[in-house]
Amino acid sequence: MTANQGTESAAAASQVVMKLGDDISTDAIYPGRFMATVLPSETPQYAFADYPEFRALVKDGSLAAGSVLVAGSNFGCGSSREQAASALRGFNLTIVARGFARIFLQNAINLGLQVVACDQIEASVGDALEISSERLFNKTTGKRFETQPLPAARQAIMKAGGLIAYTRQRLLKKPH
Amino acid sequence: MGMTIVEKILARATGRPFVKAGEVVEPAVDLAMSHENGALVINQFLEIYKGTGREAKIWDPQRVAIIFDHRVPAESAKTATNQKKVREFVLSQGISKFHDIRGDEGGICHQVLPEFGYVRPGYVVTGTDSHTTTHGALGAFAFGIGATEMASVWTLGTVLNLEIPGTIKIVVNGRMPEHVSPKDLILHIIGTLTAQGANFQVIEFHGSTIRAMSTSGRLVLCNMSVEAGATSGIVPADEETVRYLKKEAGVTDAIDLVVPDADASYTRIVEINAATLSPQIACPHAVDNVKPVEAVAGTKIQQIVVGSCTNGRLDDLEAAARILKGKKVAAGVRMLVFPASWRVYKEAMKAGYLGDLADAGAVIVNPGCGCCLGVHQGALADGDVALSTTNRNFAGRMGNPKSEVYLCSPEVAAASALTGVIRDPR
Repeated sequence: MTANQGTESAAAASQVVMKLGDDISTDAIYPGRFMATVLPSETPQYAFADYPEFRALVKDGSLAAGSVLVAGSNFGCGSSREQAASALRGFNLTIVARGFARIFLQNAINLGLQVVACDQIEASVGDALEISSERLFNKTTGKRFETQPLPAARQAIMKAGGLIAYTRQRLLKKPH
Repeated sequence: MGMTIVEKILARATGRPFVKAGEVVEPAVDLAMSHENGALVINQFLEIYKGTGREAKIWDPQRVAIIFDHRVPAESAKTATNQKKVREFVLSQGISKFHDIRGDEGGICHQVLPEFGYVRPGYVVTGTDSHTTTHGALGAFAFGIGATEMASVWTLGTVLNLEIPGTIKIVVNGRMPEHVSPKDLILHIIGTLTAQGANFQVIEFHGSTIRAMSTSGRLVLCNMSVEAGATSGIVPADEETVRYLKKEAGVTDAIDLVVPDADASYTRIVEINAATLSPQIACPHAVDNVKPVEAVAGTKIQQIVVGSCTNGRLDDLEAAARILKGKKVAAGVRMLVFPASWRVYKEAMKAGYLGDLADAGAVIVNPGCGCCLGVHQGALADGDVALSTTNRNFAGRMGNPKSEVYLCSPEVAAASALTGVIRDPR
């Protein structure tokens, strides 16, 4: 959230729109039958293809940028398919999970998808969340939670704007 | 304090005498593997070079492998066009380890890499496929990465900002009972650790059972280590590794065995007595929902799958053929067999296994990822139950969220094919 956003839009932008359990696989986020589609510009149409609740939000146009998906532990387990991260990135969602699987977490960071690890998170659909670098405040329930910051090595990639930009910087430092 | 095998491999790959878990390093990559998703890697690779004024050249085309396996032969114009794009890129960059849709050298990437001797003990192997962990069976540190990270590897030849994982040591001793296979062992391990029990960690396999196991079996263990969340599974290389690489993969140059130090530090040590294992099965819809087969015996099934990068090797097909030879797959059951590579296919053909399986009623599908991930061939109907030797059973994994998938060994699959219900082969 940036300072120049109004209170109302800021609250709207951090609303929990879907709640998921533990071990949500990348097969669930982006089913294998759509894997022939690879470009980040084309993958969002298949995000959570088998979750009618999610597709209804897309159809209604009620999936505002910054909307939050709240999940349990091991979010993004399974396949390394980057479509799972790029499909969610396409909607500018924020994923708050009790924990993430390794490859998905790295893909999210590499593509600039907002991911927040919060091992005690309690939130329901419709709750408004305020997320800062170390804390998460559920404005609806009044409960506060600590978040687990990303390791510095991963933050460096985030700060560069993703792995493409980060690698490009490194490439340009190399002699021709 | 000594080093685990992954610490040793990463010390070598960073040119340092000593590293330890938790440190952030940039290891040099020995082998970088992709399949059809190379199309996305190419897109991201060109993106990195955009505006730099530099020519987009892979750091070392000899260290890049591309194997078509996910949709072979292409199931759609879209896939065919992606494959064409990759083929043209391979030519333009001079990538030598390219395996196209061909009967003489094609197959599933995780079978082709070992078969062709591309992986060596001590290597750092990255692949744009989560089951890249498979190659730890040859004593390498092999792990899955996303397409953008691979584009970065293609550019720089290193993995950026890699946090060295801690290691769980699994010690397996004892002789595995008859009708119990490496698949049963790894299902038991996943059930014990849970689907996230090894997240951000490496599993190192030790013990007399592992030492006595063929490379084929070790490939099964490492393949499915990722189902416990592991970054990689690794079997320290030994005489069996050397035998496999020289005799089966045709390697002629020197093989350097990298082994962990005796005083290495582990996050956890798990001991398993293999002699007490029974056939195991992962029930819908989670790979860690593991039970003894007898707990679900009698469950009706409509499709049986034997094959994949997990259990599509010669010994797997032999185990299935031995049970089905001269018998019939039960009416109402479709049995699909897809060997892990064309080399395996042809060996199984020569040995008569494919004929025996087809005579029993099985359909032999060409090597490839097949129906494992629901992208190509063998789709399930609404309400279908599949029994499969593949590695994942998430809801919808085989292409239909209204179906169920159980995971088991080739022996359990073949024994169940005879009756049309899940059966313990003992």
